[in-house]
Amino acid sequence: MAEYQSIFTQVQVRTPAHAGVPLPRGTWIRQGTPRFSYLLGKIGDAQIGPIYLGWLGVASIVCGIVAIEIIGLNMWASVNWDPVQFVRQLFWLALEPPGPQYGLSIPPLAEGGWWLMAGFFLTTSIILWWIRTYRRARALGMGTHVAWAFAAAIWLYLVLGFIRPVLMGSWSEAVPFGIFPHLDWTAAFSIRYGNLFYNPFHCLSIAFLYGSTLLFAMHGATILAVARFGGDREVEQIVDRGTAAERAALFWRWTMGFNATMESIHRWAWWFAVLTPLTGGIGILLTGTVVDNWYLWAVKHGVAPAYPEVFPPVVDPAAAAR
Amino acid sequence: MQPPSGYRTSPTLIGLGVGAVVVGIGLALTYEAPPIATAQLGFRGTAMVDVQNPRRLAGFAERNRVPEAQPAVQPAGQKARELYENVPVLGELDVEQFNRLMAAITEWVAPEQGCGYCHAEGEPLSSDKSYAKVVARSMLKMVGTINADWQAHVGATGVTCWTCHRGQPVPKGTWFTEPNPMQAGGAAQGPTGQNRPAAVPALASLPADPLTPLLSGPDAPIRVIDNRVLPVRGGQGASIQATERTYSLMTYMSEALGVNCTYCHNSRSFFAWDQSRPQRTIAWHGIHMVRALNRDHLLPLEGMFPRERLGPLGDVPKLACTTCHQGAAKPLLGVSMLADYPELRTVGR
Repeated sequence: MAEYQSIFTQVQVRTPAHAGVPLPRGTWIRQGTPRFSYLLGKIGDAQIGPIYLGWLGVASIVCGIVAIEIIGLNMWASVNWDPVQFVRQLFWLALEPPGPQYGLSIPPLAEGGWWLMAGFFLTTSIILWWIRTYRRARALGMGTHVAWAFAAAIWLYLVLGFIRPVLMGSWSEAVPFGIFPHLDWTAAFSIRYGNLFYNPFHCLSIAFLYGSTLLFAMHGATILAVARFGGDREVEQIVDRGTAAERAALFWRWTMGFNATMESIHRWAWWFAVLTPLTGGIGILLTGTVVDNWYLWAVKHGVAPAYPEVFPPVVDPAAAAR
Repeated sequence: MQPPSGYRTSPTLIGLGVGAVVVGIGLALTYEAPPIATAQLGFRGTAMVDVQNPRRLAGFAERNRVPEAQPAVQPAGQKARELYENVPVLGELDVEQFNRLMAAITEWVAPEQGCGYCHAEGEPLSSDKSYAKVVARSMLKMVGTINADWQAHVGATGVTCWTCHRGQPVPKGTWFTEPNPMQAGGAAQGPTGQNRPAAVPALASLPADPLTPLLSGPDAPIRVIDNRVLPVRGGQGASIQATERTYSLMTYMSEALGVNCTYCHNSRSFFAWDQSRPQRTIAWHGIHMVRALNRDHLLPLEGMFPRERLGPLGDVPKLACTTCHQGAAKPLLGVSMLADYPELRTVGR
């Protein structure tokens, strides 16, 4: 028979539903009778609800739905309201930003106006949701780390879709809404500005992104490995280091000579995750505004290596013709 | 101390198993099965390699076969224009050479239909009643132009009718301007020319038709990358949309030639000529050749073709890379047919 050992075992604990700590006065109340889901209990807490929506949450969801409706209906209209083609071509369909001829002016709806409107509502929705994460954390007496991590992602989103297009003087520099189209945009953006891989902030962003996955794997594996000694009670182990923390620390000192602590590993992870979009956003912001060709920039600053010639030197035939 | 036991790992294993199956199916549907043959094209470590699949190359030689030359003939000592009427392009040829070339053209272009494909039934051979004959005359001039003026692209190898036609009256690799797909219209987003699975950019969501603006119209710029480190005030460069159009054209060229980007470019810098292979220069001349041929030899045929030979928008068939290359980096695998038909080097000149 299975026995309860830690939150990582397959055994689900059923206690009376926890409604949460008391809320400060003057806010909405939490809504809904809590339920339990066995399947969700497989991947997280089995308790569902109660939920706190508040007017920020409601407004955010409404704006988000408006944005998704604008994007989705324009996609559907582009296949002449054909439901089959909408599904078949969904990954290809997109709502495109205005063409370069419009600059930063407001174009007709059919020529990018919808994109501008969808962007406005999506941004409003995201900002409202950010305020909600901040205020909910405060209401619970928590720190606001989640809100600031979310803000880092919003920074990258705003750079791509708003700040950089405004600096470049054209909405056409922004990203289309669409699955494949935004990927093709990314490739074209890198090509247009001489290869983003030579952008040092892009390098930093990749380092933090890959570093995040590495830290995530190391931390997750470590805690799972010492869960049998109570390592899943990470917060207690921060202040009262038990045998789980000792073993985890010793393991990393043995294998790589240094170990994070039960507390500092979370700061490592938070900063790596947050610095990924933060540095990435800086890299995007500099592209086209401050640097026009990242490859030539890298050559100028000795970053891009020169390779030995393996075929006869090639010159631009257009320049040769002049 | 013995760690407590009692862990059940089966759900994890089941999850891993399901994941492996899903990933496996995805891999099988996404990637080509080995063996893949690669040949190094540039300096080591630059990923400049030619990637080929031997299975794709099976039958490749047969599809790019060159037909046997017509038997050689003794000159009759009489020029074609002295014996035949209305032979403005080939009139300077010897009569025997002329007839041999006619037989070759029939084999190359209309082996099943025969002479009657161009020479209208019941009409004298000199009659221009058949549109196909008028077009053929223009195409002969084009062959001469390619072989004489575009050696920067075709080299000494040159082209013949067979290079494109391959036994078909209408070459497989011509293209038309396609109409925009049916859209709801109204206030909804209008045509963007992209964001649908289109054949030219190899099913990417890139612009579906880069050929019309870049290869058959007024010469729109293909270059989109600025040759300068820093932006200049007021120097608005190419838009992302123009970049995607060029990207689409390059994808088309890659498919047409059966090669990767790195056949011509060092992908660390697509624009830098000093990083590129010499093949890029040949391709550059090819782009200019295609533009000139469409402008001088195909677009002027407007009004000559019957309706069924025109595109959905009523435009004439046009050529581009695929028309000759048909998936091979060198059409007909680089075999020249001109040694047997030297008259095609100067025809119509």
